[in-house]
Amino acid sequence: MNTLVRQNDSDSLQKEQFVAPSASVLEEGDGYVLQVEMPGVHKEGLEISIENNELTIIGRRSLPTVESTLIHHESRRENYRRTFELDPSINSDKISAKVDHGVVTLTLPKAEHVRPRKISVS
Amino acid sequence: MSLIRYQSPDLAAWPPFDRWITLRDDLNTLFELPFWSNFGRQSQLFSGWSPALDLYQNNDDVIALVELPGMRKEDIEISLHDGTLTISGERKSETSDGAAERTERYVGKFRRSITLPARVDASKVSATYRDGILTVTLPKAEEAKPKQIEVDAG
Repeated sequence: MNTLVRQNDSDSLQKEQFVAPSASVLEEGDGYVLQVEMPGVHKEGLEISIENNELTIIGRRSLPTVESTLIHHESRRENYRRTFELDPSINSDKISAKVDHGVVTLTLPKAEHVRPRKISVS
Repeated sequence: MSLIRYQSPDLAAWPPFDRWITLRDDLNTLFELPFWSNFGRQSQLFSGWSPALDLYQNNDDVIALVELPGMRKEDIEISLHDGTLTISGERKSETSDGAAERTERYVGKFRRSITLPARVDASKVSATYRDGILTVTLPKAEEAKPKQIEVDAG
């Protein structure tokens, strides 16, 4: 179960330059919660896809436009991209996502058949 | 005609700054720092969390953009003292139950200070927090703005 989400490093060969955002995975109740930090990304800039049991999150920034001279710079200009391998126990049809204050939260519920089930003895 | 140098209005009292306490906290942070954290950003070693800060300026304003994803705006503090802008705050853990399987996100306090390139009018500073980015707009004091002086025809 600890191998739920393994970062996939094979996605470095891309034309568009991306930066990997920080992420957290929490096990919660009947599933997992994945939180990805994407400051500057609005709902419209998010692209979440699942292919071959791989979850890809792309976040394109819509930065506040500042018509000024940059005098000190620390932030990254690249967009965010990160791929996670989904554990087979996750029901990929029921994944939901929201973005709030630059943090993308994905809820990944476990499939029914892997949930612990109590069997009453008659 | 009198020439009065612009005086910035009195600011809220600066919190007492005890450098030894800071040092102790820094050392604690250093020992608590998990191994997998990003060592590339050196400053994080000593502050736990060091959000990226960009600074811009134009004729009228100095603008600071700080990446602070997942904050509550009440937890962000902005102060101005002697031409230094300080942004501090604390990010609280959003999930109390549920053990972290793997975490890279920082929880806890941060503090960033930057010396401003021009004198600003502290009473007109404004800030907005949107999409995890804090934008602080600091209008320049009149004396710091570039001025065009017209030459009178004699």
